[in-house]
Amino acid sequence: MKKRIEQKLISIRPEFDFLKSDSFIDEGLLDSFDLITLVSLLDEEFNISIDGIDMTPENFSNISTIELMLKKYMD
Amino acid sequence: MNLSFKGKKITDIVSVVPENVSRFVDELHQYSFPVEKSLKLKDIMGFNEHRVAPEDVTAADMCEFGFNYLVDSKGLNPASIDALIFISHTPDHFVPPTSSILHGKLGLKEDCLCFDINHGCAGFIVGLQQAFMLLENVGINRVALLNGDTLSRKVSKKDRNSYPVVGDAGSVAIIENSSDTNPINVFTKNRGKDSLVLKIPAGGSRMPSTHETSILKDIGDGNFRSLDNLEMEGASVFAFVQSEVPKMVDEILKTEGLNKDDIDFFVLHQPNRFMLEKLADKIGVSRNKVPNNIVENFGNSNSVTIPINITFNLKNILTSNRSTKLLLAGFGVGLTWSGLVLDINNINTCELIEFKKEIK
Repeated sequence: MKKRIEQKLISIRPEFDFLKSDSFIDEGLLDSFDLITLVSLLDEEFNISIDGIDMTPENFSNISTIELMLKKYMD
Repeated sequence: MNLSFKGKKITDIVSVVPENVSRFVDELHQYSFPVEKSLKLKDIMGFNEHRVAPEDVTAADMCEFGFNYLVDSKGLNPASIDALIFISHTPDHFVPPTSSILHGKLGLKEDCLCFDINHGCAGFIVGLQQAFMLLENVGINRVALLNGDTLSRKVSKKDRNSYPVVGDAGSVAIIENSSDTNPINVFTKNRGKDSLVLKIPAGGSRMPSTHETSILKDIGDGNFRSLDNLEMEGASVFAFVQSEVPKMVDEILKTEGLNKDDIDFFVLHQPNRFMLEKLADKIGVSRNKVPNNIVENFGNSNSVTIPINITFNLKNILTSNRSTKLLLAGFGVGLTWSGLVLDINNINTCELIEFKKEIK
C-alpha cells in the first residue's frame, strides 16, 4: 500500500522525495489543493470515499499516517 | 433553530446569468501555477467555465431583468408585490438600500416593504424564511425574493483557488400564501464566532478601501490577493461543511418524518464539485440525487446557486403535475447553514435566462 501511496504523491509533486519527510503539509510538500488532488486519486485507487473530516494535516503528515487512515476504510 | 410554517409556496423562479462566458483554459495564463498542475484540478474541482458580468452590470441589474421577464412574459403584476427582499454581498451602493432602488425601477406600489439582507451561500434559504415570516402577516400575500451577486469583482483574477469557481448571477422567486396545509420547517443555525473565516477584509467601516488595500500580494501559496478580495480559510470552511451539513440534513429529515429515499433531489449550494461529491457521500445519498453541475457551467454565485440549480436541472420536473420533494440547503458565509424540504409541482415559471443589456 505504501508504494501505491507514494506513486500518487509523486504524480502530484514529482519534485519532492516523500520518503524523506515526516510532515508533508508543514514542510510545504503539499498545499491544500494538492491534498484535494491526492484524496481524489486515493479514492479512485482504493475504490473508497475518504471522509472530508479525515482531510486533516495529521492524517496526511507522511506515508505511514496516510496508510493508517486508509486502512480504516479497508476494514 | 427550526421555524414551522403552513400554506406557503414558490410560484415562479427565474435565474439570470450574464451572456459572457469565461473559460478556465483561457485563464490559465493568469495564474502562477504550472499549466499541467492547474489542469489536474479541472475535473476534480469543476473548473470549466463561469459567467462574468460586464463591468457596468450589477447584481441588482440582473434581478431587475429577471423581474421584468416575469412581468413581460408571465403576466406578473408589479402592483401585487407586498414585500421585496434583496439579498447580496454586492449592493449598488452603501446608501440607499438596493431594495429601495429596485422598488423604484420595478414600479412597485408604496405599500410595499423593502429589505436588504447581506448574506451569501445560505441566502436563498434565509430569504425564503424571511418571505414566509412576512407572509404570516395579514396584508402581505406576495413577496418577491431577489438574490444576486457579482462575486467575480471581489475575487482576485490571480487567485487560482477561487477565481475559476465564482460566477455572477441574479434570481427572482415569487413566494405566496397557498391553501396547502402541509407544514414547512425551516432549519437555520449560525456560528458567528467563526464568521471571519470567509470574508472580504477591506471596503467596510472596519477597514475602508484604500490604494494600499487594493495591492495584490503573494499570499504564500502561489496565489495573489488584495485586502479588497474575498478570502477564505479553505480547510476550516471545508471541515465546517462536512461536519454540520450532514447533521442538518438528518435533523431536517427527522423533523419531517422522512427518509433519505423520500427526497427526490438534494438541491445544495454549489461551492465546487469536490466538496459536493464528498458531501453527498457523507450525507449517504447517491451522487445522482445531488445535482452538481452549476460550478462547471456557471460558477458559484453565492445565494443564487440554488435557484440556478433548480432552473437549470429541474425545470421539466417542477413544471409537471408530478409532486417533487426537494431538500434545499445553503451553507457558508456567516457561518450560516440552513435548509428545508419543499414539495413543488406545476410551478408557473422555472426559467434560466441570459441577461441582455437594454439599449437605451
